[in-house]
Amino acid sequence: MRIVTENLSYVYSEKSKELAVQALNNISLTIEEGEFFGIIGQTGSGKSTFVQHLNGLIKVGKDKGSIVIGDFNLTDKKCDFKSLRAKVGMVFQYPEYQLFAETVKDDVAFGIKNFFPALSEKETEEMVKTAITLVGLDYEIVKDKSPFDLSGGQKRRVAIAGVIVTRPEILVLDEPVAGLDPQGKREFTELLKNLHKTTVKTIVIVSHDMNFVSENCTRVAVFSHGELYAEGSPKEIFSDFTRLKELGLDLPVTAYLTEKLSETGIKVESDITTDGFSDAFAAAYIENKEKRRREE
Amino acid sequence: MALLTAENVCFSYDKKGDVIKNVTLEVNEGEYIAVIGHNGSGKSTLAKLFNALLKPDEGTVTVDGFSSSDKKNLYEIRKRVGVVFQNPDNQLIASIVEDDVAFGPENLGVKREEIKERIDFALKAVGMEKYLKSTPSRLSGGQKQRIAIAGVLALKPKILVLDESTAMLDPQGRKEVLEVVKNLNKEQNVTVITITHYMEEVVDADRVYVIDGGKIEATGTPAEIFKDRALLERTGLELPLAAKIADKLISRGVPLKDGILTREQLAEALCAL
Amino acid sequence: MRDIAFGQYYPAKSFVHNMDPRVKILLSIAYIVAVFLVAPFHYLGFAACLLFVIIATLFSKVPFLRILKSIKAVLFFVILSAVLQIFFNTNGNLLWSWGIIKITDEGLFNAGFIVARITLIVMGASLLTFTTTPVELADGIESLMYPLKFIKFPVHDFALVMSIALRFIPTLIEETDRIIKAQKARGADFESGNIFRRAKALIPVLIPLLISSLRRADELADAMDARCYSGSDKRTRYKKMKITYRDVLGFLVVAGLITGVVFLNKFYILITVL
Repeated sequence: MRIVTENLSYVYSEKSKELAVQALNNISLTIEEGEFFGIIGQTGSGKSTFVQHLNGLIKVGKDKGSIVIGDFNLTDKKCDFKSLRAKVGMVFQYPEYQLFAETVKDDVAFGIKNFFPALSEKETEEMVKTAITLVGLDYEIVKDKSPFDLSGGQKRRVAIAGVIVTRPEILVLDEPVAGLDPQGKREFTELLKNLHKTTVKTIVIVSHDMNFVSENCTRVAVFSHGELYAEGSPKEIFSDFTRLKELGLDLPVTAYLTEKLSETGIKVESDITTDGFSDAFAAAYIENKEKRRREE
Repeated sequence: MALLTAENVCFSYDKKGDVIKNVTLEVNEGEYIAVIGHNGSGKSTLAKLFNALLKPDEGTVTVDGFSSSDKKNLYEIRKRVGVVFQNPDNQLIASIVEDDVAFGPENLGVKREEIKERIDFALKAVGMEKYLKSTPSRLSGGQKQRIAIAGVLALKPKILVLDESTAMLDPQGRKEVLEVVKNLNKEQNVTVITITHYMEEVVDADRVYVIDGGKIEATGTPAEIFKDRALLERTGLELPLAAKIADKLISRGVPLKDGILTREQLAEALCAL
Repeated sequence: MRDIAFGQYYPAKSFVHNMDPRVKILLSIAYIVAVFLVAPFHYLGFAACLLFVIIATLFSKVPFLRILKSIKAVLFFVILSAVLQIFFNTNGNLLWSWGIIKITDEGLFNAGFIVARITLIVMGASLLTFTTTPVELADGIESLMYPLKFIKFPVHDFALVMSIALRFIPTLIEETDRIIKAQKARGADFESGNIFRRAKALIPVLIPLLISSLRRADELADAMDARCYSGSDKRTRYKKMKITYRDVLGFLVVAGLITGVVFLNKFYILITVL
């Protein structure tokens, strides 16, 4: 399913003049199926408002543009938002705070009970089992535990399982690694990549972590004051050093190094992943050394 | 004598498994100390032992000569050790900034005129003097956390403990808070103990304690700690990203010296090649 | 959810903002008494109260729209009371009937009366909360309740609990909003079905909210302890309440209002007698 938004705008508290805030302004953005799409921007730039439109949690206002996701036209009054939400999963910041059921199994099954009430107990359990296994937990061990007795990292996994259990084609995540420790972050990144490879076709991720975005995303959109400031590959986005800094955004370490090197006249062309940068720099360094040796 | 010492401290919440096992450490006046460890390693429990929110089951925690095992020292210790917690929303008490900062001094029975002075001093120290009359719920995460720091500074503490105080902030907020804390350490000579799992926040510390499973696993300068790759692996920690990239470059044949921790150091080293 | 205006402080520097919270609380109570004193069918009395609220609002620099919006929070309650009166008050002259439903003139008058009463009270009360910070409010109530200390009532703790509750309202509203969205994303449906179904649908919102509130309370207690809170009597107060000319003036105006209302009641009786 492809996501196409055209001229999407949104105003908070539109009715009241003094409180009205233009949260989104004319966003036209297409996200292709299969992408690992990053959205960056300062707090308050409209990223979260944008992604909440993608499964109809925020409805498109009249004359506020359009969103089409696969066969769903979200601007249409008759749009079946329930089916849409089963296809577009949404993981909020600190998703573990949405857990509520007595057992892990029941909590993960919540989505199925809502979206596909006709499924049999057996089919439901099968799907729950698959989801819990996918997020890297042992189904037999955790299924009857209370979600509140798990560790922080495990809770977050259960919450993700509760979203992917309906097998969404698109997974939208808002700052999913906030608060995790280094190991938790590493594992979570692996989990996302694995999901992208095996079950979820498209991943849209809102992140403050520029290093994460430059390392993992296929394409990036930059939001600023409710507007789509730029979009492109991480390489393209992070090569515009000065403008990013104007937006109050940090550079990934690799882009920072590329900038500093170019200031001293050394050009390093890479896709700005850590491996890509290291390869490119090492190649340039060795070539340079050879050249100098030959000159001597 | 050290400003804060912990000697053979053991602690458990339910008398079953010890969360803190035989911890001994000391912090000297003016130091900037980092305590690092993964989630659940016991590092936040340590913060609460430092300011007598928790009492050790065994061993002693002494602050400026006051032992936390003696109940009557409670407020002497809390006056000296200010703790800023993780969630900015859960530590602001009042709906107006100045009232919130006043809360600590009010509890100590400080006179009104002096409370006013302390509020001015504390808000200025965190660069929030313009927000005296603001409502915290309308401030950004970083600003809220700076107010929380001001609320603690109004107690005139000798030690500032940051218990994962930047974990819930965006990069901008994190930067604001770290700058404020570094300034306090340098200019006001406030001793800082930062408890964190952000490796980038560790590199500027004078000394680092690595905690795992409730035990102190290692202590040393940031450079010493990050040189010990086996230790990081074992304790679920990692190198700062710049150091990781330096490693990658070295393995690809680029001759870099050891001990590169920050992106500035790495950029300098690369440009000099 | 964010639009809830009732109970939110509106920061400004104004005559009303600068009044002593204790006086404002007492005057608000006096004002409510005045509204209750207006006898049925004495709409001039209501007009006097409305005039008072409008003048007080002008002096408070709070936009009038905000005051009106605060009615929205109790709108359901207002409509419900009005509807009950209209449909179930069988006294007075019958105007229209359909089956068991009988609409009488007295029912309509009573409905109008109740709507006017509630609206005026909410407007006055919201003006108090718009111009008085929760902390001032709590301090004011604490100070007014001071005599209760002699019967061992924990006045100070009570006031602190109140001000903290007020402080957490915006935080909890935001949190509720987020949890509702998260569960909606998992297919939860809060809008359809009968009342029992809807109540049941709220469980996935209420439980996370309860758990997070407990966690917040825990963390807040630690933060308060860390800042040397002991609940002892040695605690000093940063905010000092002082009665100024504003308070005296406010007192006179409200006294005038009550006299006016009482006078209008009598005056009206006089007219009807004539």
